[in-house]
Amino acid sequence: MQDPMTPRRFRIARTLRETKDIFTWELRAEDGGEFAFSPGQYNMVYIYGIGEVPVSISGDAADRRKLLHTTRAVGAVTEAMRALKKGDMAGVRGPFGSVWPLDKLEGKDIVLVAGGVGLPPLRPAVYHILRNRAKYGRCTLLCGARTPQDIAFAQELERWRGRLDFDVHVTVDSAGPDWRGNVGVVTTLVSRAVFTPEKTAALVCGPEIMMRFAAAELANRGVREDSMYITLERNMKCGIGLCGHCQLGPVFICKDGPVFNYGMIKQWFLKREI
Amino acid sequence: MKTLEQILAEHRFFRDMPPEYLRLAAGCAANKRFEAGQLLCREGSDADYFYVISRGSAAIEIFAPGRGPITIQSLGEGDMAGYSWLIPPYKYRLDVRAVEPVLAVAFDGKCLREKCEANPALGYDFLKRVTQVVIARLGATRLQLLDIYGKNLF
Ligand SMILES: Cc1cc2nc3c(=O)[nH]c(=O)nc-3n(C[C@H](O)[C@H](O)[C@H](O)COP(=O)(O)OP(=O)(O)OC[C@H]3O[C@@H](n4cnc5c(N)ncnc54)[C@H](O)[C@@H]3O)c2cc1C
Ligand code: FES
Repeated sequence: MQDPMTPRRFRIARTLRETKDIFTWELRAEDGGEFAFSPGQYNMVYIYGIGEVPVSISGDAADRRKLLHTTRAVGAVTEAMRALKKGDMAGVRGPFGSVWPLDKLEGKDIVLVAGGVGLPPLRPAVYHILRNRAKYGRCTLLCGARTPQDIAFAQELERWRGRLDFDVHVTVDSAGPDWRGNVGVVTTLVSRAVFTPEKTAALVCGPEIMMRFAAAELANRGVREDSMYITLERNMKCGIGLCGHCQLGPVFICKDGPVFNYGMIKQWFLKREI
Repeated sequence: MKTLEQILAEHRFFRDMPPEYLRLAAGCAANKRFEAGQLLCREGSDADYFYVISRGSAAIEIFAPGRGPITIQSLGEGDMAGYSWLIPPYKYRLDVRAVEPVLAVAFDGKCLREKCEANPALGYDFLKRVTQVVIARLGATRLQLLDIYGKNLF
């Protein structure tokens, strides 16, 4: 087994510009091997000479030949990532962390709520659900972004929207006159979505404020808190529960998370003193 | 065919409303259709009607001189438009425009106001429902203002 502290070398096979500050890498292992992961997991991505950051895996778990990461450039490491080109190298440690409990949710209606760069960590869950569509009830993706130009995976969303067995609603916080779609924060879509609350599970990923309000809206509709799952982000270093950097109350986000059951994590998530 | 009361009872806005109130509300209501581009409410004009959208989508807009209408929030099935009917001075504060053809239940605001004045329990029931809509819109607007996807609030 690979030492979890030693990065594996990956080469960038393709880069895709999703929005002005979000980009996707398609990576191939230099050793020619495969990469296995489960939806919800992340890697520690190491940029030689700059630093290492946690980034969720945004590709299809069924395709082990390529590893996809979708990242928003916000600071030193992620800006350096954006500057890299096809053929450049990065180090990868992982996959780490907990997963969206998709097997456990079979038979339920699924509502996925994504805000901003919260969609990439949910995309592997969407791939899984669509591949196993008959195993789930009604499935809905509610997706929010700042403006129409900030919508990641726009073409893919359009394709998904064309499916009769998957409801996709996209909204933006603000838009110019040529935008024909929805305007308003993503939480406003919750009240309009069609699902049976008692048999619904929600997977929520985005900025913490958005997740808090989305959870409140879902609870308002009658979805149980222990049927909601959210992802948490904190500064990370080791990724394997050794350094304590990512501790939140009794849990380490790196290994107990990033995906948490909302009913379980709520008291720590909402605690202000931490 | 369903009666207007039955249609209302299925709307989110009227959820769990006592049947006698539904009957009073239905007495001031009629189905109405708007084509894409038509205004349901116009800023500054008398708030004579409010609408509960049955089908289609609309947009709450502010008109900016030199720029045209700016969409503040979209409305869809089950949403309510025109809450100014219950709140003095009974003037619409914003435009609401059909983005695609809208089928709505239109309520005569004056008719319903009179019933609310005469029957404070009915008035209080409506006030609570309208306030929920106002609070939800205010909450959504606050989140919009926060710019939650910005770099300082992850
Ligand atoms: C488990 C986990 C999974 C993640 N998955 C993804 C992912 O799939 N895609 C992705 O783009 N990011 C993801 N992140 C966030 C990513 O790790 C950070 O954006 C990154 O560490 C920032 O490092 P930096 O050196 O570029 O910026 P820094 O120099 O550390 O920060 C620069 C500025 O950016 C702000 N900032 C830092 N992190 C974020 C953030 N997450 N969002 C917005 N602003 C931020 C800081 O407040 C600071 O002002 C994930 C984080 C965790 C913990
Ligand atoms: S990152 Fe080291 S304990 Fe979580």
